[in-house]
Amino acid sequence: MKTSDMTKMTYRDAIRLGITEEMRLDRDVIFLGEDIGVYGGAFGVSKGLLEEFGEERILDTPISEGAIVGTAVGAATTGLRPVCEIMFMDFITLGLDALVNQGAKMRYMFGGQCRVPMVLRLPAGSGTGAAAQHSQSLEAWLCHVPGLKVVTPSTPAQAKGLIKAAIRDNNPVCFIEHKMLYDTVGLVPLDDEYTLEIGKTIVERPGKDVTIVAYGTTLAKAIEAAEFLDEEGIRVEILNPLTLYPMDMKPIIESVIKTGCLIVAHEAVKTGGVGGEIVARVVESEAFDYLTAPIIRLGGLDVPIPFNQELEAAAVPQRNDFVHGVYRLLNRE
Amino acid sequence: MIELSEELLLRMYYKMNQARYFEEKLDDLVAKGQVHGTVHLAIGQEASGVMACLALEEGDLVSLSHRGHAQAIGFGLDVNLMMAECLGKYTGYCKGKGGSMHIADLENGNLGANGVVGGGFNLSCGAALTQKYHQTGKVVLCFAGDGATNEGSFHESLNLASVWKLPVVFFIENNQYGMSNPIENHMNIENISDRSEAYNMPGLTIDGNDFLDVYNTVTKALRYARAGKGPVLIEAKTYRYSGHSKSDKQVYRDKREVQEWRKKDPVLKMKEYLRENRIFTEKQILKMEEEASLSIEQAVEFAKKSPQPQLNTILEDVYA
Repeated sequence: MKTSDMTKMTYRDAIRLGITEEMRLDRDVIFLGEDIGVYGGAFGVSKGLLEEFGEERILDTPISEGAIVGTAVGAATTGLRPVCEIMFMDFITLGLDALVNQGAKMRYMFGGQCRVPMVLRLPAGSGTGAAAQHSQSLEAWLCHVPGLKVVTPSTPAQAKGLIKAAIRDNNPVCFIEHKMLYDTVGLVPLDDEYTLEIGKTIVERPGKDVTIVAYGTTLAKAIEAAEFLDEEGIRVEILNPLTLYPMDMKPIIESVIKTGCLIVAHEAVKTGGVGGEIVARVVESEAFDYLTAPIIRLGGLDVPIPFNQELEAAAVPQRNDFVHGVYRLLNRE
Repeated sequence: MIELSEELLLRMYYKMNQARYFEEKLDDLVAKGQVHGTVHLAIGQEASGVMACLALEEGDLVSLSHRGHAQAIGFGLDVNLMMAECLGKYTGYCKGKGGSMHIADLENGNLGANGVVGGGFNLSCGAALTQKYHQTGKVVLCFAGDGATNEGSFHESLNLASVWKLPVVFFIENNQYGMSNPIENHMNIENISDRSEAYNMPGLTIDGNDFLDVYNTVTKALRYARAGKGPVLIEAKTYRYSGHSKSDKQVYRDKREVQEWRKKDPVLKMKEYLRENRIFTEKQILKMEEEASLSIEQAVEFAKKSPQPQLNTILEDVYA
């Protein structure tokens, strides 16, 4: 794509642009959530949408996450394509029955009778100093539910491409946004048919010595580490599984076959995290025979996110964790 | 008073009997080990489930409770496909993947029975939102039991439906027990319909064993919701003769209580009404009963003869 067809914008604006384009293209797309109207959303993602689309399509809801998700499921099965904002991903706990027991299963348990085209936008992650109930990364829970799709963009372009694909998908898609990425800037395609296919892992940065799989803000830290290691002649290959579930493992397995070394990383707590699943699938695959060192899992500590800034930063993987991890794998420490 | 044509009365009585025979047969099949898993029977509650659905107009939608066979029959589902689903057969509504608890017919507006108590309230709001958004003029009838009104989803949904004036009628079948727990132990109010006041919507308590009371009340409620005035809450007081599910030994209630309710049996009450008003001859009444019974026998035969799902269907329909 030519850069002339792209423009610089924030991750926040890219999500909004994606939603706006889809709402212009399809009148059945509606948007519901808490404070998304006049207020513009807790993180400003829905700013201006009420003015363009009106109260009929931008629906400010009561503070009832169960009703938001359940209403979306009911609307989706009867012909609308709802997009929901759950103000903080932490609050998905209040809507899980509608998502897990209803939305995710209806198609299967009804023998394929229905489609549930809906998107749940879930602002996640730490770094805002909002402590234990406003900072979690709960994606692993969602990746345990067949019927759901779980995607997470790490750049503005990915945000636009994935939100559009999520809205067009005929299944419930959990769209995880990292709050610390909202103000990050990148080039975004302006084409209103630009989408990113759900279910594809991409190579963010080619290399040959060590494979790193990461997403969200952790991906940015991995890239920083890779740039640093580049100066020492170490070529790190970084993969970004844009779709966490069902995950496209092929590029990861191919990369591990090439490098023989693997680091998986995320902010979510290490125990029971998505990283463990990636590792399990790698060791189940032909890549097992190519491993030259034990795999490293970088994840959040098994603690609730603490309030204090230093403690908060210490609870999740940082750039230096990647640098030391790579050294360890290459016996340089 | 709403005028009832002979044709409608005939359909009402036929379906009441169909529902009764369907569940008696299912109970029998469970006892014989020919139906696995669990079933939740509504024997004794037929007037509420069947009549509420018969009040609907073409194109209206329903969300059924976990005790939903009578509701489904009232809504017009095919008893052959229902029975096949209860037996886990490929010809069933859900190709054998749902069973008794998840009978659905989306194409015709049945959003499905729900295995989660209170799981249908929010879904009904969503389906009602679609009707409002597309201006279809259709209404959603949402069934649930008394126990479900203690779930948060009940309160969230009634609030949302009221604020957004959604075309939905919440129909609560109060059968006096939440599984084993008698209603006086799980709510401190006389009538569940009182809960409507908190959400500023009409709330009505009716005799759920009286087919006319159910039919007339739901008809009026649907009219109200269809006119864009917002939701209505109806509580139909009734009783289930069977246990909560197949494993229930019913140690929590006195047999005499069941006998008392049997005197108010909804099917018998309707039969008496037909006799007293000389609407049909004894012969006609008997014929309807026989036809209803025969339809269930045929449904069992259809279900038994139907094929099992192929093992390779196990991965189908997880995603659209």
